[in-house]
Amino acid sequence: MISKKAASRRWEKLPGKNTFCCDGRVMMARQKGVFYLTLFLIVGTCALFFAFECPYLALHLSPAIPVFAILLFLFVMAMLLRTSFSDPGVLPRALPEEATFIEMEIEAANANVPAGQRPPPRIRNVQINSQIVKLKYCYTCKIFRPPRASHCSICDNCVDRFDHHCPWVGNCVGKRNYRYFYLFTLSLSLLTIYIFAFDIVHVVLRSVDSGFVNTLKETPGTYPLLVCFFTLWSVVGLTGFHTYLISLNQTTNEDIKGSWSGKNRVQNPYSHKNIIKNCCEVLCGPAYPSVLDRRGLMVEELPTSASLDGTTEVPLSKAPSPHTAPRKTTAPLIPNEHTPEDVKPGIAASLEKSHTSEEERMPTPLNTPCKSPTQDRGPSSPKEKVQKL
Amino acid sequence: MATEFHNLHDLRQGTSLATKVFIQRDYSDGTICKFQTKFPSELESRIERALFEDTVKTLNSFYCEAEKIGGQSYLEGCLACATAYIIFLCMETQYEKVLKKISTYIQEQNEKIYGPRGLLITDPIERGMRVIEISVYEDRGSSGSSSSRSSSAASSTR
Repeated sequence: MISKKAASRRWEKLPGKNTFCCDGRVMMARQKGVFYLTLFLIVGTCALFFAFECPYLALHLSPAIPVFAILLFLFVMAMLLRTSFSDPGVLPRALPEEATFIEMEIEAANANVPAGQRPPPRIRNVQINSQIVKLKYCYTCKIFRPPRASHCSICDNCVDRFDHHCPWVGNCVGKRNYRYFYLFTLSLSLLTIYIFAFDIVHVVLRSVDSGFVNTLKETPGTYPLLVCFFTLWSVVGLTGFHTYLISLNQTTNEDIKGSWSGKNRVQNPYSHKNIIKNCCEVLCGPAYPSVLDRRGLMVEELPTSASLDGTTEVPLSKAPSPHTAPRKTTAPLIPNEHTPEDVKPGIAASLEKSHTSEEERMPTPLNTPCKSPTQDRGPSSPKEKVQKL
Repeated sequence: MATEFHNLHDLRQGTSLATKVFIQRDYSDGTICKFQTKFPSELESRIERALFEDTVKTLNSFYCEAEKIGGQSYLEGCLACATAYIIFLCMETQYEKVLKKISTYIQEQNEKIYGPRGLLITDPIERGMRVIEISVYEDRGSSGSSSSRSSSAASSTR
């Protein structure tokens, strides 16, 4: 019996609905269509501007104009790609032992509830800066969410300091990439205003020479004008909104839910009550590392023998090898996020059963490796699983 | 880090995993990374309270240093912003430097204090900075406190 070892990266086994590229270095949401639209609009508009208007402006006004536009464009692209491709602050799901430990703590806390009665919701209260904050239990990730974390249903992950899921950047916006997102909207606003302004200048200058209508007919560079006019309001508005949020040290999620709206005397416990300090914390704070291990190596023992010709690897999620079991991040305790009442009476019994029936896990679908919208998981080699954008 | 687990495990031949204790986060100061110093009851017979508290307090101070917002982090942030964050490809951030120090410290603690007592600390970064996981090992043969739960917990980690 010869046993082969297949090395795979951890991103291939991560639960959640993300797509991974470049062998786990790039992490995005599954739906990327709107992100491509964003790229097309920015690159297309700027290309038209550079091709048709910059030569005229460089000649008649100053060569610094296109140079600054190029720098600004590069900065916008860098911020966009950084926001889209980085880990927003995903919290890895609890490993089975940790999930069991938490379950047992909850059971102990609910021991006083009479049998048959609905147990209380799973909430932990913590006091932060003399304010009581409720930590909710996430049934999908099997953890009590840290303060300000929230579960994104589109990406199926809990994200730390969750702001919102942005389809325009094709990713969640959370603790790790919020400043890049803000700088993206800010620099895009500046770029839009810049192109809009110089487009108008260009049209005016040309009209002086050849008349207004002729100018519009001659140069396709007036299309940027239209695009900029419509995007200006939304992008500048968004930048203004996020500037307001940053100055109060709030997230979009908290703002929408009205968590710190002042009702019942609740105040934002995270705010330093000083606009400068709040801005500094959000924009100049430390660069948090990713706690989601994407590129760690996992070595699978693959039992092969002479009789298994052609089958060089076993579908990894079904192999009950000792190395995969502790790394599965779903605990087979609660099957469904929204039916705690059904499960509760049987939880004690299922706790005993679940430890012995690791292979019959229901949540296996969550463990399928990296997915793209068009690719189904099959017993293909790990190398072929690299997602192409 | 996984290989170090196996090495420490191999060193103590004839031990098996009895249970795991999870030290939770302490959110009383906000969202900064800080762990509770409450001494878990499962470790009462295994290690002195003072040593445990000392370890957790040192870890807390490391994380505080990593997340400190001051002159160093402002400089880093502004410089990185000016270079469109490309500089992060060449430079190690303050947080990453401290994480390396933490990893060395935990390894040291495991070798000197926890290993000889049949315990093993897992670096919190491997658990999403949510918990400090302390694995409790027992000599095989001495059934001790193993119940069906802990033995099935042990079998589930195999």
